Order: sequence, then C-alpha cells, then structure tokens
Amino acid sequence: MRKRNELFHTNLNAINVGIEFINEDLKKQGIKSHQVNWAPPAGGNIELLKVLDRLKEPEIQEKIARANQEAATRITQSKPILIGYDQAINVMPNMTKKTILHAGPPIAYEDMSGPMQGAVQGALVFEELATDIDEADRLARSGEITFSPCHEHDAVGSMAGVTSPSMYVHIIKNETYGNIAYTNLSEQLAKVLRFGANDQTVINRLRWIRDVMGPMLHDAMELCPNGIDLRLMLSQALHMGDECHNRNVAGSTLLIQALTPYIIRTNFSKEQMEEVFEFTASSDYFSGPTWMGVAKCALDAGHNVENSTIVTTMCRNGVEFGIRVSGIGGNNWFTGPAQRVIGPMFAGYTQDDAGLDIGDSAITETYGIGGFAMAAAPAIVPLVGGTVEEALNYSTEMKEITTMPNPNVTIPVLDFMGIPSGIDVLKVMETGMLPIINTAIAHKNPGIGMIGAGLTNPPVNVFNDALMALSEKIVH
Amino acid sequence: MAIKTVIKKNTYFDSVTLMTISTRANELESVKTAMIGMGTDMNIEVIRDVGLYTSELDDITTGDLMIVLDIKEEEDTETVLAEVEELFTKKNQSGTTEISYKTLDSALNDNQESNIVVISVNGNFAYREVNKALDNDKHVMLFSDNVTIEEELALKQKAHEKELFMMGPDCGTAIINGVGLCFANEVRAGDIGIVGASGTGSQEVSVQIHKHGYGVSQLIGTGGRDLSLEIGGIMMLDGLDALLKDEQTEAILLISKPPAKEVEEKIIEKLKNATKQIVIYFIGSERAGSNSEIANVTFANNSLQAVEQVIQYSRMMPAETMLNKNLTIEELNHISTKLKDSQKYIRGLFCGGTLCDELLYSLMEFSDEVYSNIHKSKDRQLTNPNSSKAHTVIDFGDDKFTEGRPHPMIDPTSRIPRILQEARDPEVAVIALDFELGYGSHEDPAGVLEDVIREAKDIAENEGRELVIVGYVLGTEIDPQDVNSQREKLENLGVLVVDSNHQLCEVAKSFIKGA
Repeated sequence: MRKRNELFHTNLNAINVGIEFINEDLKKQGIKSHQVNWAPPAGGNIELLKVLDRLKEPEIQEKIARANQEAATRITQSKPILIGYDQAINVMPNMTKKTILHAGPPIAYEDMSGPMQGAVQGALVFEELATDIDEADRLARSGEITFSPCHEHDAVGSMAGVTSPSMYVHIIKNETYGNIAYTNLSEQLAKVLRFGANDQTVINRLRWIRDVMGPMLHDAMELCPNGIDLRLMLSQALHMGDECHNRNVAGSTLLIQALTPYIIRTNFSKEQMEEVFEFTASSDYFSGPTWMGVAKCALDAGHNVENSTIVTTMCRNGVEFGIRVSGIGGNNWFTGPAQRVIGPMFAGYTQDDAGLDIGDSAITETYGIGGFAMAAAPAIVPLVGGTVEEALNYSTEMKEITTMPNPNVTIPVLDFMGIPSGIDVLKVMETGMLPIINTAIAHKNPGIGMIGAGLTNPPVNVFNDALMALSEKIVH
Repeated sequence: MAIKTVIKKNTYFDSVTLMTISTRANELESVKTAMIGMGTDMNIEVIRDVGLYTSELDDITTGDLMIVLDIKEEEDTETVLAEVEELFTKKNQSGTTEISYKTLDSALNDNQESNIVVISVNGNFAYREVNKALDNDKHVMLFSDNVTIEEELALKQKAHEKELFMMGPDCGTAIINGVGLCFANEVRAGDIGIVGASGTGSQEVSVQIHKHGYGVSQLIGTGGRDLSLEIGGIMMLDGLDALLKDEQTEAILLISKPPAKEVEEKIIEKLKNATKQIVIYFIGSERAGSNSEIANVTFANNSLQAVEQVIQYSRMMPAETMLNKNLTIEELNHISTKLKDSQKYIRGLFCGGTLCDELLYSLMEFSDEVYSNIHKSKDRQLTNPNSSKAHTVIDFGDDKFTEGRPHPMIDPTSRIPRILQEARDPEVAVIALDFELGYGSHEDPAGVLEDVIREAKDIAENEGRELVIVGYVLGTEIDPQDVNSQREKLENLGVLVVDSNHQLCEVAKSFIKGA
C-alpha cells in the first residue's frame, strides 16, 4: 500500500515543531505528540545557515559524523590516572625559568584583567624574579617574560590560572591514549593568587606549598606505583552529589582519602603532615584543579581529529573567551568577549564589583561535568541560583548539543544517563543553544577573590567563527 | 511615566507565545504600553514608532528577547517587572513534565515511529524543517506562511515522489483519522473525504456534513496556493488520489479559493476516470453551479449546496441532524421595514478567509460595488483597508491585519474598532460576523465581542437607526467550545444567528434592495 493510504490505517504519532497549543490540542485528542521548542538555527543568520546546510549535505555529514564519533570516543574512553606531582619546570613541556602560564586564550600582559595581572606580579615575586610588586609589574612589561596559555602546555589553570616554573603541578596520564595533562595545586580559599591577590600571606602560602605540601605529595605518589584512577573517582564524586566544578565536597574527600596511606609513609614530620591535612580540609576546593586536569587529559586525546566539529577547549582569560575545535586542531583559537556571570552575590557585593568570566575551569563543561552535570548536584542550586528542576533540565538540554553520553561517568537521578560529551559546533548552531557553564564570580579588582557564583555562556561569535573555519577546511 | 527596557540575551520564544504574553502584559493595571518580542528589525521599528526606543536597544540582535514597558507610575517598576516575569513562568508551567526537544532532528531521532510532523515555525526557516521531515519519510502539515512559491514547489515535488502528504504552506486545517490538526472541528467519522485548498472553507464543509448527520473520512489540506499555476495542484491531485483509493471514502468533496483556470482543467481531466462521486466547490469558478459534462462530478455553487450534494452519495446511516432553525422570510421582512433608505450596504468582517470569499463572490453576483482587501481585481481592492466603501468585506486574517498579532481566529478582538466604525456609518444596513469554534480557535469568540456588539447596536439606536448584525457560529456540538452557549450569547444581543456560512450570505443580502 502507498504511504499516503498507509497513514489512514495507522494511529497518528506527531511531532509538533513550533506553536505549543497545537501540541496540546493533539494530546487532548488522545494521540501521541512530541513538542519541539524550536528556535531559529544559526541565530537566524541566513548566511551562516547556508554554511551549516552545506555541512549537512549527506556526504559531508557522514564524514563529519565519523570523525565526531572518533573524537567523542577518544574523549569518553580516556582514562586519566594521577601518576604524580612535581614542579612545573621539571615536567611541563616548553617551561622555562622565565615562562608564566595563564588561563584562557593568548593575551599580552598589558591587556590582562586586573586579577590576572595581580597574579602574574605575585608569581614573579614568588619566583624571586622581582623583589616587590612594582618591580614585578615592570619586569612583566619588559618583554623578558614569556606569557603563554596553560592550554598550549598540556595544562589548565583555575581562575587566573597563573602557573610559574617552581609551582607544583598534578601529573595526569591518559592510560588509554598516553598523553599527559598538568594542573596547579589548590591554594584553597582565602586571599589567593588565582584571584589576583599577591600580598606576603599569598607568597608565603605559595612557598609553603612549594616547600612542604608539593614535595610531600610528590613523595607520596612515588610510593603509589599504579597511580590513582581519577575517572573512577570523578564518577564516584558525581554519585555523591558533586558536579566537580563548583561543588567538590565529595571529590576532595575521596582524593585525600586515596592519598593519605601514601602521605603517612613519606619522611615528612608529623607536624608537617598535620599542616597538610589541615590545609586540604580547609576548603572543599582541594580537588577542583584535579578534575580540570582530568577533563583536559581526556579532551586533548580528542583534539586534532580531522573533520571533527567537536569543541575540545573552552576557556577564558578574563577579557576573552576562547574555544578550540578538534577538526581545526593545534593552537587555533576562536575568541570573543568574556561574558558576565549571572548569579547570587555574596553579601555586600553587586554586579558592578564583578569581573568577567575567567579561568580554564570551563574545561569541565567541555568534558561534560560542571554545568553539564548539574543534575547530579542539586545542592549546588542555591550557590548558582535557579531551581532543582532547572538543574535537572540543564543536563538533559546539553544532550542536544553534544555527541554522545559518557558511559563511564553517569548521573543517577537521570536514570544513570552518561554525562553529555563532545560539544558539537554544528549542533550549537542548529539549536541556537549555548553550552551552560557554572562558575565562580571573581571581583574585578585583584586580591579580593570570589564574590559570588552563577551561570554563564560562551559568546555566540566563537561558534559562528568556528563554523566558518570548519566549512572552509572540511568542504574545501 | 517611565520606560523600562529589559533585554534577555539569547532567549527565544515563538511569536505566538510572545504575542499572548504581550497582550496579557498590556492588560496589567500599571502598564500603559508593553512591547514584548524578539529583537527583530520589524519589532524595533514598531518600538521606534510608538516612541519607546531607548539606546539600550542599540546592540540587540534577533536572538535576544526584549521587554519594553511604558509604566504609568515609575515607583511601580519593580512590581510590574515581577508581574511580567510571572507571565513567562506561568507559560512555562504547562507541560514541563514532558520532554520537549530543541530541534526536529533530536525529536525524530528519539521518535522514529512518528508519522506526521506539524510545522509552524517562522516561514523563512520552514523549508529546512519540512525537508528534514520529508527526508525522514514523515508526512507534513505546514502551518507556517511566508514560504516562497519556489520552496513550496520543491517541497511538494519531493513529497510527491516520496508519496507523502505535504499539506501547506499556510495550511490551517486537516483531519486525519479523526484527529483535527491545527484549526479543525470535532466532526463525526464517516465516508465523505475532503480535499481543501482553504482552511475555513474546509472547516465549514466538515461542520455542515456533521450537522446534516453524516461524517468525514479524511480532510486533507493543501494550502491556499496549491491550485495556482506555479504549483499546479500537486497536493490536491495527490490527496484526491489517496481518497479515491481509500476504501473508507465513498464520496469526495473538493473545495478551493478561486483556482487558476488551467489547474482547474487539469483536476477535472483527472476526474474523468474517477470511480467515486465527486462534488466540487471552487469559489469564483465559471463552472460553479453549472451542469457537469462528467457523470460522477457535480459543481456546487456554494458551500452548503456542496454539502447537500455530497451527502447524497454517502452510504452511511445518517445520525440525527443538528440543524438549527433559520429565520423565516416574514421575520426578515419585518426587520427590513425598520431600515432607512440610506442604509444600503453590507459590511462583512471576517476571521475566516474562505468564509469572507464566499460572501464576496455572493455579493458580486448582483453588485459591482463590492470592495475587499482580498478582491481579485485591483480596482476593487480597498486602497485603505481600514476604511470601507459601498459593500465591503474584510478578511482580518490577511497579512495586513495580522502583522505583530495572532490570527483573528485565535484572537477575534482585532475586529472591535472596525465594528464600531461600521456602526457609526449611516449607510450601513448589515454587519456580518463569523465566529469559529474548534481546536486552535479562541475559547469564547462570541463572549469577547459581547460588549462591542451591544455598543454598536446602541450607537445606531442613538442615531435613530436599526443596525442588523448577522452572525454565524462555525462549530459542532462536540467541539471543545459549547456551540449552543456561543449562539445564545449572540441571540441575547439581538444578533440574527444563522446556521451556515451560505445562510450568512443569504440573510445579509436579504436586507439589500436589488439583491
């Protein structure tokens, strides 16, 4: 029988794209109907839409789908293992005594936001390349210092992300694909360098980390030949109510629990160990950088897959937001203005005090945790604003712009749905939906620190630009 | 007085939702004017025109939602903003428990067993969405308008090759397997199939079939341009073909707004070999009401006649009729005597386009002085559609009247100022009004016009005139709205309530000398 007549003998099962009352009326009549809350693709920009449609032609689409499957599989199958801690200069690629790494896409010292400049100055004093902040500022402007994004050194950095040669970093190895990622140690919460503070207390803490905690963790991991499976730990933390960007209560407990048996076998004094345990317990943020490193380690394995339209980096330097895309590869950045973070502010602060979105921590969302895993962490809702229902929705909505669920990291309340992984530039353009990022709000002035938390998105133009570049590269 | 502008970046709502929210926001006590819409050039223009533009809107893009409020008392700003926000959240509460998708791709992916896609997105993007649906072998009902004729042709050709239905664009009505899509009435299941290139025309014949005790097998919409030269009736021919093959269908009714002559010939040619009885009502066709050269084909002269003819071929046991008593000639004559000599003209103010067309052609049979915003000949189109002359019929569903507001079947209040305007005109004898019921239509179309009808009657009475208002409620007793209470509301106001659109034409004309 012909399809048209076949329909007369089949129960209607409708998809309604657009006006909602039509869907309601169909359901009132007892048939199945599914609602599509449609928004104009490519933001309604006809030129971009043409490019998008070109990439959706069957032959090209198939090529892209294969590449995306490959890239997303590499990201989800990556198994990041903590194998040690060491000083950046000893382990990180292209690290020199006069190199300062920072968060986000490339930026000159002169163009950095206040907090990032403050952190750079603090780091130069800490490294004893300058005696005080003023001298540090002059040195930073002198051209003697190499500034470079963490991301271009297999690393990520929280907030200002300033990483200098003698700082201790996590060493995270991808057991599946062999690549290594690095990330700084948490300074916990107080006046800290990552928020641009640089007074003597900050420098002293950095020195204590360099001289006590760093070496202790280094020695501890020397005693742990198989390393610590961080993907498994991340998955446990999600099951315990973390989303591993702004809520790290469970993850920090799990991490220190795993490190403790080795820490106590090191040759450090009991007093020093007590200091370290007190320090790690002083803030839930202890494992925050660790999960960023996990995400970075997995995403780097998915970078440089030809024809893939998957986003492998999202980061911000406080002035600009930058993304990198697998199929474009290398250190090719698409940048746009860093956005405001909207959410509850701590007492006494207003949006006027807030700096723009900053830090490499959006690597967590790029991997599928953080804002993408808000459903796992209803307790985060009062911090970033919104409702539990919205938190649940964020995770399901992000499925629309990603390539596949990660079967290794799941969200119990969503029926153990895997975290949405592999943000696809084409899907972002098609849906007009931007990735959701939950993050801290830093004060716009150096040294004051976190003044709130909330939600933000990347600027739209980075995806527009990435689309154009992908089209150029894939279509020829 | 204070202008408050709120911009929500990257927040999209469809225009119907926004218009509903806008309408409600304008009803808030402290609000003088509320403009809520996406940051499109057109909306910006509107905001400029009403003097509410501020520099805050300089950087707005089409993907941003803007809420611009002219608030009566500045100190109420916060309260008003909260009230407006509430309108959005109230809207959001409906059906949040269900999954709603962001794209057709993901909906198709999750629901591969679906068989029809109903599309009502902005017409500029409709082509893309329809293509996706057809590529996935889904039938399509395309409600959107503003689709180009080239796009329509390409989509219909693709659907034809894939043997799929592609109903639309601008297709308002279909009933498939007893399920009403978009604007449709609840009618009995039966053995009469309908293919309609007209929304309210299709609704009217399906309702009349029901009222006469018969029923509908399928009602296939084609979109209003299907019988144009460019499209060549692709969908009507395919619909006809499906109904001819359908064992549930005994007789077929074809209805269309004025078709292109060549296409009409093509369809009639196809019917020569048809095995079922077919009744055709093509408004404005030369053949309308003529004797047919083909044995199994009848040409009807009006929508009611088309129904009366087609039900003769039904093989179903008719149910009890639901016809209402029409006014007698004596009653009409009695009212007629009250009219002054100066009252010479009919003013038809319609929500339904085809219903409007039917009165238009009916008036043209006796008068050359018939004007409309949808008249086929240029010299009879109103230069200013907001002002009537001689006999005037207005389709309020026409683009000129729907820019920035919902279709009058969803919101019939766009006729309010015009009703009063016509009531003040000493040359007006009759105002004809339609009231559509069924899915998609307003929940109480008669109720929202009660006050204005009363006022119109008062205006005429105060000026010493009798004003005849004829009304037709298009609907069945099983529609979601209660047809009887709708009729009662009108009757209580002295409206002459008739039982079909054809009667609406006849009764209106009965008050005009020479008609």
